Amino acid sequence: MSLTAFSHGPSGVSAEPAAQKKSRIVWFLLLPGLVYLVLFFITPLISLVITALKEAPPGAFIGEYVTALRWENYSEVLSLYGEHSIRSFVYAAAATLIALAIGYPLAYFIGVRLRPYPLWQSLALVLVIAPFFISFLLRTVAWKQLLADEGFIVGTMKAWSILPPDTHITGTAVSVIFGLAYNFIPFMTLPLYSSIERLDLRLLEASNDLYAGAFTSFRKITLPLTMPGIISGTLLTFIPAAGDYVNASANFLGSTSTTMIGNVIESNFLVLQNYPHAASMSLILMSAILVLVSAYVFKSGTDDLL
Amino acid sequence: MKLGKYLLPLYGILALIYLMVPIVYTIAFSFNDSNRTNIIWNGFTLNNWLNVCDAQGVCEAFGNSIVIAIASTVFATVLGTAISIALVRYKFKGRAATTLLLFMPMATPEVVLGAGLAAQFLNAGVPKGMLTVILAHIMFSISFVVVTVRARVAGIDPRLEEAGRDLYAKPSQVWWKITFPLLMPGIVSAALLAFALSFDDFIITNFNRGPVNTLPSFIYTAAARGIPAEANVLASAVFILAILAVVITQVGGEINRRRLKASA
Amino acid sequence: MSDSVNGFAQGGADLELVGVTKQFPGFTAVDNVSFTVPAGSFFALLGPSGCGKTTTLRLISGLEEPTSGKILVGGKDVSNTKAHQRPINTVFQSYALFPHMTVLENVAFGLKQRGVKDAIQLAHEALALVELDHLADRKPMQLSGGQQQRVALARAVVNRPALLLLDEPLGALDLKLRRQMQIELKSIQSEVGLTFLHVTHDQEEAMTMADTVAVMNKGKIEQMGPPAELYELPATRFVATFLGQSNLFDGVVSGTSGKVVRVAVGKLTLEVPTSRSKVTSGEITVGVRPEKIEISRSAPAASATRSVVGPGTVIDTSFTGVSTQYVVDVPGLNKLTVFEQNDGDIVAAGSKVWLSWATEYSFGLPMDTDQFVESDTTTRSLAVAKR
Repeated sequence: MSLTAFSHGPSGVSAEPAAQKKSRIVWFLLLPGLVYLVLFFITPLISLVITALKEAPPGAFIGEYVTALRWENYSEVLSLYGEHSIRSFVYAAAATLIALAIGYPLAYFIGVRLRPYPLWQSLALVLVIAPFFISFLLRTVAWKQLLADEGFIVGTMKAWSILPPDTHITGTAVSVIFGLAYNFIPFMTLPLYSSIERLDLRLLEASNDLYAGAFTSFRKITLPLTMPGIISGTLLTFIPAAGDYVNASANFLGSTSTTMIGNVIESNFLVLQNYPHAASMSLILMSAILVLVSAYVFKSGTDDLL
Repeated sequence: MKLGKYLLPLYGILALIYLMVPIVYTIAFSFNDSNRTNIIWNGFTLNNWLNVCDAQGVCEAFGNSIVIAIASTVFATVLGTAISIALVRYKFKGRAATTLLLFMPMATPEVVLGAGLAAQFLNAGVPKGMLTVILAHIMFSISFVVVTVRARVAGIDPRLEEAGRDLYAKPSQVWWKITFPLLMPGIVSAALLAFALSFDDFIITNFNRGPVNTLPSFIYTAAARGIPAEANVLASAVFILAILAVVITQVGGEINRRRLKASA
Repeated sequence: MSDSVNGFAQGGADLELVGVTKQFPGFTAVDNVSFTVPAGSFFALLGPSGCGKTTTLRLISGLEEPTSGKILVGGKDVSNTKAHQRPINTVFQSYALFPHMTVLENVAFGLKQRGVKDAIQLAHEALALVELDHLADRKPMQLSGGQQQRVALARAVVNRPALLLLDEPLGALDLKLRRQMQIELKSIQSEVGLTFLHVTHDQEEAMTMADTVAVMNKGKIEQMGPPAELYELPATRFVATFLGQSNLFDGVVSGTSGKVVRVAVGKLTLEVPTSRSKVTSGEITVGVRPEKIEISRSAPAASATRSVVGPGTVIDTSFTGVSTQYVVDVPGLNKLTVFEQNDGDIVAAGSKVWLSWATEYSFGLPMDTDQFVESDTTTRSLAVAKR
């Protein structure tokens, strides 16, 4: 299971890569997959662009639109859903930070402390990827029930007077952010682990030898060397979290006051059948993420993303 | 510093427990003697496991999920493996564009991918159903297959293939007897990843499924009125099978390595 | 099965390279190289890393195509055939054992590809030859480095190729195992009677194993001949310093007297036998090996057959057990390296000494300033630098 999607070179690459050949065979290998991606990734994006400019003709049924250049769709969704957009990015950023705060020590524990015990190390890794194998909807429902007012966790804490008796967790921003962080911790931890696993501990010994304390060594050696993992992990968490609509939906951990962009797109597309609004909202979300991601990647100096 | 020594392991173990909590909850509630909703613990029963298809539609949704996952895994693995080989082994024009095209689906939120495909199918007048879901799943799986297999292709020592040529193997024999067997572990893990992604996908599926239910969409719809314990049963069964497979390959591989080391 | 693969001899075949050149974008790896390796001989291609020796090997095995020139095996031009069509096998530097096959399957691979009937039987025999038949069912990963090396050798030898190429096959082994494998390789070579072409950067390995050594530098062969000849009478500055150490003095020919060439080095005059000098006029480099020099505390008596320099000052003494290595600063000649056999008498650093050597041991080389190599650059330090 590899989720090093955004990190640098793969581990275990031989010292001498094979010389690259020039041959027409390459197109037989490339074209089927690339044509597929053009048909089912690029053209859908173009469909979104077209749909986002459509308008409803006078007297149209619900969900009936014709091709047009109705730019107002964009300004409409921005004024209607600006708040939701900002909320999405704030929630996603908060969830990413929490996931990093949990994932980095966890990855360090597995990658460094468990290094002398390979059997425990692989078992711990299995536990990290275990959530992938059980429906994330059910896991989210499980949290909803555990965090419910009279549920196991909150109920117990209220009984012990750790929380005031009128506390609500589910349906609030806290529970949505909590759920987002929980759901994407494996996506955060795996790339971090693949970076940390390759960390040469002798470098830390050398750093200690050269009069750097534990904190300085971490800041000057460990952190820069594991940066590729941090970048991949945060991107792999932030991007899906910003577009998620399960956690924030009222049937799961959210309520009407936690609606995110994903919920807006979903309800516009599948319920209201306001396709132009759903499409323009999707494009706004995608552009915002692209801008944020490229600024982030550019600033952290990673160029080889795949 | 004595305390610091135990702080990190403690934190790590707590984090792992935290990851396990909802899994344990989900599995436990597959044994709940519930009537309609599966929220309050009513006592232990095996009925849900023994009569798993009693809940209306759950087995059909599960079957659809399996069919979709198998179909999309096969296609995505073949297409992605071919691209991986091309990327590592060949020189060609447009490498940067290719890499970007492969990277983009991973950097695009699922809701955008789902809405885009749904808009395309809508504009083209394609009715939504199993086929549209499979087409969508192949699309987002390809990039993950490439990432996984590419590392494996790059990890193959080119000397091994040269040794094959040196030992009288024709190019096609080199591929089938040396390259392909060496790639196999990478292809298998890519296929498992594609399967897992497809099987658990909800967001993209939900935009393109039409009237067809998959296990995740069944759960999502049921969440409004209470998810039947049978859904927990199916999810738990898949989980246990997958974990067994992973433990056997991961941990088994580790034990095997130890044995090799000991005997060498 | 193509014809060329059928050409398996029980003994080796001649290998002939005629004007072989290999150009990569931006540089020439192998530059107009020609040589002949007679059937049944052990030939070593020696040079520093990046000199083109491995490329030469890959050209011979068919893994690379020459830009120009011809490669003949047993008189037959194989230049246009592919690797799998040539009766040539390689023992790779990293061994390149197939990790997904057992040791036996590895060794039988080539035989099976060629459709040889008793592949398994022959593979067992080859494994017995390298004393590893008891490990036939193991995977390569389960073997030690030395064992893997032997499997790689068996996998190549079992095919009875006309020519066996060895690409630094001992490079990954530790010193002791390397010496042991050198002896084994040599005995296997004489046992099976194949033609061996061995590529290495280890001059000691080349000299102890090969009948003929070719020293390669910057894509060209600098000198070729029996090891002793190369050592005693190097033809270029590169050979003089790459193969062992040399004290070299740049000067100008000041006169000749039939048997000797007189060379002015600064204010001193050194003599070189005319028969051992590549140049007899103009600029010249005079050389003498460190172990040929005698060190003495008093000025030795003048002699027509000995060259004497001094007095100089010992600036460093290193005791190596068998011998003592001195660095002596002689005004006008810079620093000389001297090896003295350990006779119990060690000259202390700071002592004033005279150095002398039989004139017949000195040699004259064309002055070649752009190939200047530090005189103390031994192959070992190059080998270290390579890692």
